[in-house]
Amino acid sequence: MTTTTNKPSTGAPGDGPDIADRSLLTGSLPRYFAPALLAGVAAVVAGLLFVSGSFGLPLFAIGTVVAYTVLITLASARVENGRKAKDRLVTTVVYTCFGLAMVPLLSLLWTVLSMGIERLDGYFLSVSMSGVTPTMDAGGVYHAIVGTIAITLFASLISIPIGLMTAIYLVEYGRGRLKKAITFFVDVMTGIPSIVAGLFVVALWMMFFGPGNTNGAAGAVALSVLMIPVVVRSSEEMLQLVPTQLREASYALGVPKWLTIVKVVLPTAIAGITTGIMLAIARVIGETAPLVLTAGSSAVAINWDLFNGQMMSLPVFIYSQVRMGDAINYERAWAAALTLILIVMLLFFVARLVSRFFAPKLGR
Amino acid sequence: MAKRIDVSGLNVYYGDFLAVEDVSMTIEPRAVTAFIGSSGCGKSTFLRTLNRMHEVAPNARVDGKVMLDDLDIYAPEVDPVAVRREIGMVFQQPNPFPTMSIYDNVIAGSKLNNQRMSKSNADDIVERALRDANLWDEVKDRLAKPGSGLSGGQQQRLCIARAVAVQPEVLLMDEPCSALDPISTLAIEDLIASLKENYTICIVTHNMQQAARVSDQTAFFNLAGTGQPGRLIEMGETNKIFTKPDKKETENYITGRFG
Ligand SMILES: Nc1ncnc2c1ncn2[C@@H]1O[C@H](COP(=O)(O)OP(=O)(O)O)[C@@H](O)[C@H]1O
Ligand SMILES: [Mg+2]
Repeated sequence: MTTTTNKPSTGAPGDGPDIADRSLLTGSLPRYFAPALLAGVAAVVAGLLFVSGSFGLPLFAIGTVVAYTVLITLASARVENGRKAKDRLVTTVVYTCFGLAMVPLLSLLWTVLSMGIERLDGYFLSVSMSGVTPTMDAGGVYHAIVGTIAITLFASLISIPIGLMTAIYLVEYGRGRLKKAITFFVDVMTGIPSIVAGLFVVALWMMFFGPGNTNGAAGAVALSVLMIPVVVRSSEEMLQLVPTQLREASYALGVPKWLTIVKVVLPTAIAGITTGIMLAIARVIGETAPLVLTAGSSAVAINWDLFNGQMMSLPVFIYSQVRMGDAINYERAWAAALTLILIVMLLFFVARLVSRFFAPKLGR
Repeated sequence: MAKRIDVSGLNVYYGDFLAVEDVSMTIEPRAVTAFIGSSGCGKSTFLRTLNRMHEVAPNARVDGKVMLDDLDIYAPEVDPVAVRREIGMVFQQPNPFPTMSIYDNVIAGSKLNNQRMSKSNADDIVERALRDANLWDEVKDRLAKPGSGLSGGQQQRLCIARAVAVQPEVLLMDEPCSALDPISTLAIEDLIASLKENYTICIVTHNMQQAARVSDQTAFFNLAGTGQPGRLIEMGETNKIFTKPDKKETENYITGRFG
């Protein structure tokens, strides 16, 4: 064994390194080739479609993407090599899929925005439907906003402590059978259809308060049934990400386990936990079915009292407006939908701030 | 400060698996004791029994006696949390708390235990611990910055400062330099030499030169065979172990003719 080379030194000595060097070289398409090709293909496809008189956006998009994918792959296979051609092909497919995924999202946002913006104003946000007959050009969603906020807040108040503590139990204390059983039931809970959660709470309230006595609190409980497993799952994952070394570092300083959890594990994971909780809230804030069954679908007045009377919420408001079916109802429904989306976005914004505030700081 | 540790007839288990068998040794105060031996022979496991960190692992247990001066730390009425306050530990990977500043990392021992102390008192403790850990000059202008922003060697010295800030009697170190470069390693070795004036120090190391440089006593562990528990083969003055050990096994290991 020598340190110089392990290549057999047969043949012309001058040839060896030269061939090896050349085999490392491969042609490459210039940087501007891909965008230029795309633009060219788009222009040609548009031209062809106009000439044949059948121009349409979907047809144009499909034609361009297909033609571009074929051409870039062929060009790459010809100029570059097989691996790069595959790379170009897969890259194009991935970008196309991303584009496809964005289509419904953007189209949804655009639709809600364009349909809802007309009616969404200070008046709409600040009045209820109290005293408004279905076809009157008046009324707003204030009562539904109140309901949504009150019910979601109460649901969070129930779910976050229960969910978080369950997650802490599972990660920090749980062993053996009980842990397995809890994990299993949390999984099962994740799969409960929301209407079943609503039905369950209706039955529960019937048992304790008699028939017809459901209220906002019932809605909140139904939502917690849906929310708890989501909180457990996401918090559990975040707690598991906290390195064991940190826990051991804390134990080694003579810190008891519970203080280690409260002051080392939770602060380290808090940013992720917050995000998970926000996702859980976003998951339930748009729930309709359980709220129709519990908090009711006919309330028109402002009601802050979770324990007394029916309570409107934004999704149920949208549902009941659409069911009435007049033009004005649709306008109200779209405006309410936009309101709901704005509330969720606000929530995510707050969550970002909160998790940035809590996140481990690197440099200041 | 600094107490003697007396181990007798210690067996260490993970569930049914006997990891370390029948260890008896005396660890002298104000001295450095090095544990050497091949990987997997139970050095870390044994070290972690000395401050009751072993039982943090599921189903882990111990039988035998570990005396800290004249207290058996495995006596039923002894609180493991209190034991760990007396016997500090430094780990292989530097592990400062990422949510805390350098300052807070140093006083983490009291902070996490909700102990109140005055600002000036805390300042004193932080400065003394960081000076003890040879880190003060490097970080004194950025105490409010997070500990995770330091280099690996600085982080490890920060962890040592954190361990000495609670004023333990004994300091256990599990391969504290194996993740560090030679310069940082040297800094830590100097630090160990100065800390031994006040503490009882046990250090696990894979680096034989390091053991020879820093320790007064050396204990050599080995496995009887695969699947067999680790045992203490020989313990004595570092000089003696490295020049004329009693056992053939030790000599083979020291001279690199292993197996
Ligand atoms: N948490 C654990 N659970 C079960 N077995 C373990 C655990 N940690 C270590 N062991 C086993 O104990 C033995 C000793 O390991 P360790 O103390 O880490 O050795 P060393 O530090 O000398 O390399 C090994 O056989 C290892 O597989
Ligand atoms: Mg080890």
